Amino acid sequence: MTIGASSDPGTSAAVADEVRRYERRVAIRMAVRRVAVFVSFLVVLAFAYTGYKAFGGAIDDAQTEWPVVGSFLPRSDDLTMPPLLDIAAEVSVPPQRNNAKPLGVFVLEAALFTLREAALGFFLGVILGIGIAVLLVRSKWLERGVSPYIVASQTIPLVAIAPIVIIWGRTSLDWLPFTWEDWMSVALIATYLTFFPVAVNGLRGLHSPAPEDVELMASYAATPNQTLVRLRLPASTPYLFVAFKLAATVAVVGAIVGEISAGVRGGLGRLILDFAGRYTTGPERLYVSVAGAAALGILAFGLVTLSQRFVRAARVRESVST
Amino acid sequence: MTATRVAPAVEMVLVSKVFNRGKPNEVLALDDISLSVGQREFITLIGPSGCGKSTLLRLMAGLLDPTVGEVTVNGKTANQARADREYGIAFQTAGLFDWRSVQQNIELPLQLMGWSKRERRQRAREMLTLVKLEEFGGHYPRELSGGMQQRVAIARALSFQPSILFMDEPFGALDEMTREHMQTELLRIWGETHTTVVFVTHSIPEAVFLSERVVVMSPRPGRLFAELPVDLGARDFDTRESPEFFERVTAVREALRRPDGVE
Ligand SMILES: Nc1ncnc2c1ncn2[C@@H]1O[C@H](COP(=O)(O)OP(=O)(O)OP(=O)(O)O)[C@@H](O)[C@H]1O
Ligand SMILES: [Mg+2]
Repeated sequence: MTIGASSDPGTSAAVADEVRRYERRVAIRMAVRRVAVFVSFLVVLAFAYTGYKAFGGAIDDAQTEWPVVGSFLPRSDDLTMPPLLDIAAEVSVPPQRNNAKPLGVFVLEAALFTLREAALGFFLGVILGIGIAVLLVRSKWLERGVSPYIVASQTIPLVAIAPIVIIWGRTSLDWLPFTWEDWMSVALIATYLTFFPVAVNGLRGLHSPAPEDVELMASYAATPNQTLVRLRLPASTPYLFVAFKLAATVAVVGAIVGEISAGVRGGLGRLILDFAGRYTTGPERLYVSVAGAAALGILAFGLVTLSQRFVRAARVRESVST
Repeated sequence: MTATRVAPAVEMVLVSKVFNRGKPNEVLALDDISLSVGQREFITLIGPSGCGKSTLLRLMAGLLDPTVGEVTVNGKTANQARADREYGIAFQTAGLFDWRSVQQNIELPLQLMGWSKRERRQRAREMLTLVKLEEFGGHYPRELSGGMQQRVAIARALSFQPSILFMDEPFGALDEMTREHMQTELLRIWGETHTTVVFVTHSIPEAVFLSERVVVMSPRPGRLFAELPVDLGARDFDTRESPEFFERVTAVREALRRPDGVE
């Protein structure tokens, strides 16, 4: 860790600059590599899909050709596994006769609708989660008393709370200065999932400073608020960003499941439900809408990862939490 | 004002510290410590590991309360002195906040005290000059060597010009050459800032080279074995090789080994 003290500070400053330039180059190379890995992963996935489709198609009724494997592996045909090119082609076909919009536009609009819910659910969850973490770090007593309930909250299934939230939103929020819409209720349902990782990881992060760091703040007679803002919160950013990545993907899942269990139209959840119901007449449509959901999750994850680049405390301390 | 001039920098009267009192893991860390540190004095505490040096320093800093006895700093209770920012402190790990640049780290205490941005910047620049890191204000801690990080920690501790500097094995993690360099630097800074320094160390030569008085502690429970004045005058490069220096080193070593002391 220790290199001798600089007898020549000028040289060391230049060296440190060089180190910084080098690290930036490494960061760019890493980003390029990450994209390349993702693309090759997609290609491998496509090959695997097509490969299994061919393999599963060869499994026949009598299982004569594959006596062992054929007895437990699912068979495949164009209904269970439509050809990739058919799925791709379906994107430009309107899903309904009376509607001129192609499926791709349909899914895109639904994805935007769901994205709005997920984004609101994400931000509400982040605020709530950090709020809880900040509250709990203030007192050991509170932390011990409340933590079990936070964990227990996640065992209640979304399907159970979704209709309650929707009905409550429709009937009890007319005092608000704006009209409460169903998508906002779905965002609240997503919040129920997103606050959890933020609260848990945030609390861990707020506890993460070394005792010496806390003592240092005490030696300056810093107030609890100053210690929170100047030490605990910056120290917790790497933990928080791990939580944000979890929360971002979970927000999308929460929004989709929320839509489905509350019967809210307009988003990916409803679309997936519809296309699942009409699966036999067009399996490609379900595949396209599910791909849309996956893309949305990846987008949410990517946005958080990208934003981490702009927070120094998170970038500098990235290695701490991983 | 006059009161603080007359009062010793640190005064401990019959101080004992017990951790986990009444529990099975009760520890008597310090026993009957009485010690006085004069204004502008440079004193080192030395003793075997676990003898309570850090605990003693934390009591002086008002970060721990004594179980028995009284600690006053500049004529105030240790806690009041802490509230009044009478001292700066540096630990073995530099403890810089790695999300803050060197300059921002030095400005931390000033920021907590509500200094304006301009005043903070001005002072940080002075401190960077004091520790000879003028060009590194914009760098981040992990871009610095261990010795440089410790110099930043010293600059941070002195940024608000406290009258006392507490140091807990600040050079313990440094290699020998850097360490000796840092000792010389610390003496220069001490000379320039007229600060009282209470310095904790494991190293006998370090204690002898740095301080005007070495306080030798016994193994646990920590008691004061001996207080040895070190009258070596102004230190320079040759001090470490002088017969007087070796004489003092031997004296401290003997003191550490005394009565029931284990080497
Ligand atoms: N917060 C604490 N709770 C319980 N026991 C403690 C605490 N702090 C210190 N001790 C105990 O007090 C004794 C003295 O510890 P201290 O850290 O002051 O020793 P030290 O002389 O600084 O040792 P070292 O040279 O290794 O740093 C040790 O036995 C230690 O276990
Ligand atoms: Mg110690």
